[in-house]
Amino acid sequence: MKIKTDKIKKISKSSFTIYGMVIMAYVIMQILVSTGSLSSLMEGLLVPLCIYVILAVSLNLTVGILGELSLGHAGFMCVGAFTGAFFSVATVDLITIPLLRFGIAIILGALAAAVFGIILGIPVLRLRGDYLAIVTLAFGEIIKNFVNVIYIGTDKNGFHFSMKDAVALKLEEGGKVIINGAQGITGTPNDSTFTIGIILIIIILFVILNLVNSRAGRAIMAIRDNRIAAESIGINITKYKLMAFTISASMAGVAGVLYAHNLSTLTALPKNFGYNMSIMILVFVVLGGIGNVGGSIIAAVLLTLLPELLRGLNDYRMLIYAIVLIVMMIFNSSPKAIELREKYSLKRLFTKKTKGEDA
Amino acid sequence: MALLDVKNLGISFGGLRAVDSFHIEVEKGQLYGLIGPNGAGKTTVFNMLTGVYQPGDGKITLDGNDITGKRTIDINRAGIARTFQNIRLFKELTVMDNVKVGLHEHYKYSTIAGILRLPSYYKKEKEMNEKALELLKVFDLDKEKDFLASNLPYGKQRKLEIARALATNPKLLLLDEPAAGMNPNETKELMDTIRFVRDEFDMTILLIEHDMKLVAGICEKLTVLNFGQVLAEGNTAEVLKNPQVITAYLGE
Ligand SMILES: Nc1ncnc2c1ncn2[C@@H]1O[C@H](COP(=O)(O)OP(=O)(O)OP(=O)(O)O)[C@@H](O)[C@H]1O
Ligand SMILES: [Mg+2]
Repeated sequence: MKIKTDKIKKISKSSFTIYGMVIMAYVIMQILVSTGSLSSLMEGLLVPLCIYVILAVSLNLTVGILGELSLGHAGFMCVGAFTGAFFSVATVDLITIPLLRFGIAIILGALAAAVFGIILGIPVLRLRGDYLAIVTLAFGEIIKNFVNVIYIGTDKNGFHFSMKDAVALKLEEGGKVIINGAQGITGTPNDSTFTIGIILIIIILFVILNLVNSRAGRAIMAIRDNRIAAESIGINITKYKLMAFTISASMAGVAGVLYAHNLSTLTALPKNFGYNMSIMILVFVVLGGIGNVGGSIIAAVLLTLLPELLRGLNDYRMLIYAIVLIVMMIFNSSPKAIELREKYSLKRLFTKKTKGEDA
Repeated sequence: MALLDVKNLGISFGGLRAVDSFHIEVEKGQLYGLIGPNGAGKTTVFNMLTGVYQPGDGKITLDGNDITGKRTIDINRAGIARTFQNIRLFKELTVMDNVKVGLHEHYKYSTIAGILRLPSYYKKEKEMNEKALELLKVFDLDKEKDFLASNLPYGKQRKLEIARALATNPKLLLLDEPAAGMNPNETKELMDTIRFVRDEFDMTILLIEHDMKLVAGICEKLTVLNFGQVLAEGNTAEVLKNPQVITAYLGE
């Protein structure tokens, strides 16, 4: 019998691997950028890569660690994006230190997404079954459409709100429209940088990996593995489900803030905040291995880069993308492939084969 | 007064009266057996005692507190822990972590302390590790502490469930067929362990079991359930001689 040993040691060891991987990628990219050997296309992808990594890792907390299906991760990202961008545009003249302003925007974006996480989570996480998937799917679509019809402006009398059009805000001379319905938010300061993106990834990894290896994380995984047993030993199911789901949502909010400050115009489209996006993040998580944080990062990076790298192939691009998806899926789940992978894994080659004592 | 006092307990599933006017009195420190043919309603009684099912009628008192119809987690906190007939371990957690989840309510630090690795995290984790290891040693599972629970052999999985239940520091331990799937050697060992737990932890144990050797070997009192109703109760030796009980078992 093959024995998987020490999950804790494995996790803490793999934690270092994950941090190391992120830092190494950062250093390599910085060197490439400073020597000018990165195409402008690739350079433009650095921040989006950070965004996708944060989205994938945070969704893994809900799907892999908590074991609940969420199909509205892009919705939380949307909440974070609009909250953060709104704050930055409103205070762009007030707070002149960009880093401070961006820092506050990130915190506000995370909090706003967390609030929505709690609002959705409280009623839905009490239920048994896949209700969360349905409700989050609806939430993502509603939020996306909602931000397309709101108008918020500011003048010396304060903020004005309307759901009709910009004129209805009745702004005085010198006032400005911040959220302009379907035209979204324009003039968001471009505060997002690759360095900030990497720092945020590391903070998020720190939170998730430490959470998993603590009392609360054990409770969350216990609920995932067996709800009835967890209840029978006194674990408060709703509390820990809500905790994991809310943390996950707030992190998607952070990704949203990063996203908003990487563009000068923020609009909510099916492409960026629709269910397509939510599904794509889910694909990262599934292909990276459910519950495998490092895998989520790799999958997010590969699957974001791939379409760009294949751009020259034009028509065959999406075909190859699809084939890679299928191959990854097989590689991840087919027992034969798993066997093969274990046989030829680097770890095996470097460590002596240790026979687990069969008990 | 009895530690567990159950009166007139009943539940129906659709038209099926699974348990009817069930009663039991388990004294503190007792090793009590609940037996009966397949489908008699034994597990259903456990499910009502632990709040998994809401009793249709009746009253459950634990140590003087009415716990009828309470939620599962509140019943655990009131002092009942259990194991399951179809093993319910946290499969993807290590053996050690399974027990540590059981210690959840007794060694507390905040989630923030856990994420930021504050001193309370290290202190409580260390205490938890020591306590968990102590429990694992009782069940001879300490060597496997770092295995994933799903990788344990069947007999050890059953033992781990008992260790996890004990970790919650209950007043009453409910074991649902602890010897199921064990070979005679393992069963004998289990009998010693159960006795040890009762003596060492000063525990009260109510167990469901089909293995008559185990029942006759360690239980002091028995209640026999048949078609959801109490067929006989009393001292083990007397109950096992009861002709009605013998027929119920032979007739299945
Ligand atoms: N949730 C349920 N819904 C419907 N019927 C149920 C449910 N739970 C139990 N029953 C029925 O109640 C009766 C008693 O079941 P129970 O599992 O309590 O038997 P048992 O004495 O534990 O049997 P065994 O020795 O086989 O474990 C059975 O007829 C069973 O089918
Ligand atoms: Mg049963």
